[in-house]
Parts: sequence; C-alpha cells; structure tokens
Amino acid sequence: MRLTVNSRQHDLDVEDEMPLLWVLRDVLGIHGPKYGCGIGQCGACTVHLDGVAVRSCQIAAADAVGAAITTIEGLGTPEAPHPVQTAWIVEQVAQCGYCQSGQIMQAASLLAEVPNPTDAEIDDAMSGNLCRCATYPRIRAAIRRASQSEDS
Amino acid sequence: MGAGKIARRGFLVGAAALGGGIAFGTYLYRRTPENPLRATLPSGSTVLTPYVMISAEGITLITPRADVGQGAASIQAHLLAEELDVDPAKVQLDPGPASPVYYNGKVAAEGMPLAAWDSRWLAQTGRSASDVAGKLIGLHLTGGSTTVPDTYERLRAAGASARETLKAAAAGEMGVAVDQLRTEDGQVIGPDGSTRAYSDLIEALRDTPVVQDVPLRAPEQWVRLGRKHQRTDIVPKSTGTFRYGVDLTLPNMIHATVVTNPVRGGGLRRMDTRAAEAMRGVEAVVAITDGAAVLADNDWRAMEAARAIEVEWDGGGPDTDALWQTHADAMTDDNRDSRFADDGNVETAPGAPVTAEYRVPFLHHAPLEPANATVLYQPERTEVWTATQAPRFVAQAVARITGQDAEVVTVHALPAGGSFGHRLEDEWVRQAAEIAVQRPGRPIRLTWSREQDMTHGFLRPMALARGHGTVQDKRVRSLDLSIAAQSVAESQLGRAGMPSFGPDVAIVAAAWDAPYAIPDRRVTGYRVRAMVPVSSWRSVGASHNGFFHECFLDELIHAAGADPVEERLRLLHDDPSRKVLETVADMANWAGPAGARGVAFVYSFGVPVAQICEVRDTDGGIVIDKLWIAAEVGRVLDPVNIEAQLSGGALFGLGHAISSEITLTDGSTDQTNFHDYESLRIWQTPKVEVRVLESGGPIRGAGEPGLPPAAPALANAIFAATGTRLREMPFAKTLRFA
Repeated sequence: MRLTVNSRQHDLDVEDEMPLLWVLRDVLGIHGPKYGCGIGQCGACTVHLDGVAVRSCQIAAADAVGAAITTIEGLGTPEAPHPVQTAWIVEQVAQCGYCQSGQIMQAASLLAEVPNPTDAEIDDAMSGNLCRCATYPRIRAAIRRASQSEDS
Repeated sequence: MGAGKIARRGFLVGAAALGGGIAFGTYLYRRTPENPLRATLPSGSTVLTPYVMISAEGITLITPRADVGQGAASIQAHLLAEELDVDPAKVQLDPGPASPVYYNGKVAAEGMPLAAWDSRWLAQTGRSASDVAGKLIGLHLTGGSTTVPDTYERLRAAGASARETLKAAAAGEMGVAVDQLRTEDGQVIGPDGSTRAYSDLIEALRDTPVVQDVPLRAPEQWVRLGRKHQRTDIVPKSTGTFRYGVDLTLPNMIHATVVTNPVRGGGLRRMDTRAAEAMRGVEAVVAITDGAAVLADNDWRAMEAARAIEVEWDGGGPDTDALWQTHADAMTDDNRDSRFADDGNVETAPGAPVTAEYRVPFLHHAPLEPANATVLYQPERTEVWTATQAPRFVAQAVARITGQDAEVVTVHALPAGGSFGHRLEDEWVRQAAEIAVQRPGRPIRLTWSREQDMTHGFLRPMALARGHGTVQDKRVRSLDLSIAAQSVAESQLGRAGMPSFGPDVAIVAAAWDAPYAIPDRRVTGYRVRAMVPVSSWRSVGASHNGFFHECFLDELIHAAGADPVEERLRLLHDDPSRKVLETVADMANWAGPAGARGVAFVYSFGVPVAQICEVRDTDGGIVIDKLWIAAEVGRVLDPVNIEAQLSGGALFGLGHAISSEITLTDGSTDQTNFHDYESLRIWQTPKVEVRVLESGGPIRGAGEPGLPPAAPALANAIFAATGTRLREMPFAKTLRFA
C-alpha cells in the first residue's frame, strides 16, 4: 500500500489492519507519535489525517491510504516551529513531554477549525489527551497564546 | 534526547579514540570513588572529576540525577553552567555512567525519623549521617525530591573548579596572570579582549593542576539561577524530536514484549504458543521468569502475538476487599511499627470526642511511557539502555542474570516519559536481560503493552487510618492517629536485594512530624505484613498521610467550631509553616466572601505547603474551580519549573483522589488500561495559582511536596460545599464529579 506522510509517499508491505501508529513508528521510523494505551484513551499517538486530529492507534493502515497524514515532524521543526509549537515553547508546557506531540497535534487541529476557541471549547477539544504530569494549565495558556499569535 | 544521549555516549568513547577529553569537578570528601569517566578517556589525558568534560568537540556536562520529566537534567546543567560560564543550550548533556561517584547524600535522611523543621543537634547529626551512608554504599539514586538539595553545592563547586582550572591553563598559554582573566560563554577572555574557547585549552589543561575549593558566587551574582530560563529539553519536547527509550533503534534489534503471571511467582498451569509463533514477523516465543516473551520484528506484531498466546496461570492472591480487614487487624501492639510522636496523654485528654476512619486504595504510577528497556548481551560485556532512577541497582540486577560482574554491565540512563517513582523499579530490565542472554549479540528492545504495564504495577500501598481526638473551648485539644500500611522500604529494598531495618518512616511520614502544637498528640504506625509488592509513589507515605491528618484535623476543627485557617495558625509551631499558611489564605482572600473552600497544610520532603481549594456543587456534580498553593523551598532556582512541579504535583494528587484505584481479585489487578484507571483530565483541572517563598533556609526540591495537601484541601472544600465528609478515596465512589 502507499501512504503519504508529511508530504512524502511511502510504498509499504504491511498488514491492512496494522494501526497507523505502528506503521509510522516501527516501519517508517517516525517517532513523534507515541504509544501510550493502544485503545484511543490517551491521545499520545495523535496525528492529522487530511488536517483533522485522529488517534493513529485506532486507524488501520489500509484506511489511511489516499489521505494526507501529518505527524508532529510535519507540523514544524526545532528550526521552524509551527505557531502552536512556538506557544508550547514559550509557555514551557512540557514536563516529561511524552504526551505533548499528541497534545500539540490536537491543539493545532482545534485552532485550524476554531481560531479563537473559548475556554470550554479548549477543554472539550483536549479532553481526550491525557497528561499524567498534569500540565493542563499551561496547555490552556499555550493554546490561548497560539490563538492570539495567529490573529496577529 | 534518548538517541542524542546514545550518540553522546558514543562520543565519550569516541573522544578516547580521538585523543581528546578532560573532566572536572569536586569531591565532598578526600577519599573518593574512582572517577567513572576515566575509563573512557585516553591514558595520556588528565581526568580530574566527574561533572564537566571538555574535548575538541565541545563541552559536555554530566547530569547524573535522572530526568523523569521533573526537569532534573536542566537544573543540573544550570547549576554547573552558573559557575562554569557556559550556555546550557550550547553544550551537550549526558547523565554519565552508573557510578558510586554520583551518590545521593540526601535521600537516606528521608528514611530517618527526623522532622525537617527540627534544627536541633541530634537532627542535624542524623542528616549528616545520610551523606555518609549515601557515600558508603555509592547510592546513585534519584528520588525524595533531593536532586536540588543534593546537587546545589556539589555542581556549582564542580563548575567553579573547572572554570578556575581553565583560567589557569589559559593564563599559562596567554602569558598573563589568572586574575586578569574572565570567562564568558565557554571562553576565557584576556585583558586585551583576546579569547580562548574552553575546547581549545585541552593541551594546556594536561599540565594544569585542578584548582580546588573555589569560593562560590553569591546568589546576587547569578545570571541564570533564580531567573526565568528555558528548560534544556523544551524545544525537542515541543517538536516531537525528544527521544525516549521506546524510540531507541539499534542495528539488528529484536522487538520484544512479555506475557507474565499477574501474580508474581504464581506459576504456570498451561501455555500454548503455537498460534503466536506462526504469526507474521514473530521470530520466537521464549521462556522468562513468570511467563514468556515474544520476539518479533516490530512492537505491534510482538504485542499481537502476545495476545494470541493461550495461557492458564497458577497461583492466586488476595482480594482488595479482604485486605481492608487485614489492615484493620494489623492495628495491634504486635504490629506496631513506630510511635515517633507521643505528646501529653491522648488516652486521658479532656474534651468532646471525635472519631473517624479513612481509607486510600492501591495506586499505580502509570507513567505514560510504558515500561521498556533495551539490552545487548555479549559474553564479555552487556549494555543496557533504560530510564532509571537507580542505575547501579540496574547494573547489579542485570549482572545477576547474565552471570557477569556488574563492572562490565554498562547502563545508559535515558530520560523517562514520566515516572512518579516507577523508574525506581526494574522488573522489565531484568526481563529484557533474560531474553538477551538467549540472543547474544542482538539488542533486545522490550516494551510492555499498556495492559502488561497496568496489570503489573508496583503499587502505592493501600492504607487505613483511624483518628481519635477531642475538642474543648473551641480548640483542638488532642489528636491520636493510627495508620496501617504495608512497608514500602521492606518491599522495595527487598527487590533490590537489600535488607531494611527498624521502623518504616513512610508509614507515618507527614503525620508524625506535622508541626502542630496539639497538647495531647500521638501518631502510631502499624506494619501490615507484606502481601503485594509496593513502591514509592510520588510523595510516598505523605501521599496518604497528608489526607488522613489534614482531613481528621479539619473534622476536629469543625467540631470545635473554630476557623480552619485560624486554628491551624494557632497550632503551628514552625514559623515557615505559619508563613505559607498565611500566604495561601491571603492569596485566596480566605477571610473575605467566597465559595465553598477547604484548606490543608502538609510538611513533606522538607517543604511546608499550604493549599486552598474552591469547589461548587452543581447539578452535574462537583466542579473544582480554583486551587491556591503556597510553599517555602529556601531558594528558587528555576521559577518557571518550580511552579510546574508544585502545580503538577497538586493536580496529580487531585486526579488520583477523585478517580483512581487499583483493585485486586485473587491477587490480579482488575484495571487494564486508562479507561478504567482514570486520572485528571483537562476539563477537571481548576485554575491554579502558585506562590513560592524563599526564606533563605535549606534549599529544597519540589517534585513531591505539592501533592499531599491537594486531596485534603479538596475533601475539606467538598465538606464545606455539601456537608459530606469524604473519608475514602477515590472520592468519585461517594460523590459525583462534573
């Protein structure tokens, strides 16, 4: 099958039902998306499928054929971060950091759809992304900061 | 930065081959263990001490305390950089090898019955003994919120020593007096403005004796510490480029996962691995202690095959429900473990009696990164890559399995995607070693599935407390608290092959030493016999005792008809403690009109912390609106991160108090994943306001002490809102939360 990840095409010989998360991590060596639970409960594996945040552990590889798959590596880089990543850096959100790729992908998807989310909209959109370090106050602050930076 | 660290490890070795490399630092004692960096540096070079390494490629700072997300690597780098005059963003960081040089001189004090507020001679002497003990056994360990207190002077001294030695080397080269030189951003600068990069001074350093006992700069001179600065890991952690153990990829690596008895040592009745072995990508299924390991070409195929193994376990164990009775039965003189506090006479204290019983359940650390380890076994040498808070214990545990000397087991300590105490354990490392010896020459990367991780926790002990007290004349007159729990020290040290002696302070920590001058006051610990492996969970004994003590005290204060803040202030005999409580009351405008609020004060890990929680009782359930936190840590080194640690600790405490418990049926954990082991989510998170006081007293760490007051502050607020006293966690068993 052929998958398009971060604008690059890959021809792959993997099981149709292999979750996208594991195709990314173990076949393509793209390690930004993380395995946390494997059942769509933690959000650490969040990527974009055609710009919309999804749990890559719940997407069969075959179902991602034809979609534009974006991982955090495709969102921005240390040298050229996405505005959401810049906000995450400025607010110093991360503690252990393991969930943050997923948090950032979820937040970027929210802001693409709702540029100026309310507090309730932020909490709703981020409700599926677990942070065991409980960095939530700074996640909220970073989303507000990114929202303002995209306004300007 | 896992992969980066591995590359840098290669650099340490590579530096030897290239013939460049010098290391600096200082020792607290004359007789010091061997500098572990010596082994990886060329014979002609001068290796002096273990924290600063300079080679032609640049500067490497050694940060031996494990970074589990609390920011340990960054603060260690900043402590060194403050004196060394380098930019932490421009140098390499490396945790260094497992070595007794990196012993922790503070953590043993946590196991001693010494109240942190007690500055008398006996307590001070006891604390000094902690340093001696840590050094004697080479306790290379991260825990007990000791990273900052333990490294505060040691790392600055190492940086200062390195800086002055660099200046001495440059003085010789430049032909000027040392006192005419200054340093900045990794360079020595001469009186004429000419510069020498540190990394260009390697040759000159070879003939330069290390400058020892350099006076440390006063805090007023600091340019990094105490000011807002960026954590060294923030950019990689915000761009998906930070590397964890689960991301480690080595040539010819085998991916492994395990299926083991949910009751350790329980035995096996029947196992059929044929279906698993026939699955795509599966190389083999091999036997390990308590079960089997699947070896495959990727994690998913290994985990799918593990699910296809048919197995019937033997063994069995306790049910949680029955364990409550076991805990109740343990409250007898035969099982008395400690009675460190016994003032006045609680048996005869006058006043109106109040009694209550409290319970907290087992909890799992459940860091989001599942347990994992990579082991490469070769007959002459074994390498281990894993996130660990105790790398020497890991080396010793692996050596026992490989039959090698621990000296030839190299542990590459990786940063962890969370720990909360979990990375003090090493069962998965031992499993990876058991697999590795069956595949010499091939790296084995073992990753636990979330289900394996959740069902094989090393648990925060469940605990039972009974409070009896009296109130008289609108005052708390007496407080008698009895606490029954398994011993973490006995369980955890036992797994490391070490004995534990005497009472376990953790059973009564933050209760016996609560600095309240209650006339008749007694705290008794009862040791419940070892039944289930228990472990150090963030804030350890204080995680339950803060709840027991502060909720029961609140009940007494309410019965007395006193104000919860005013009566605590009246009772507190420690000035910094009073100050944090006054501060939090001020932050929350306690005396003014407000919603339903609860207060709690807990002194743990040397840090007095007071919190006020505000809640609303709505149609949808309890809503937590606000949490105010005040703490006293002596001195703040990283104002951004200390707020994160105090806030994160408190919210971790709130989340578990509301939702989390591990229950056992026939010895097996009932919870399997995050759907039935919930913790705090963003929509439950209150607004948090933190204020940190700096009295200039002993410097303290903040990873743990933010946690213990959170649950009692919430429970006391819920009482104010609803009239319901929550005496059992998780609170969601009793009340609905929005």
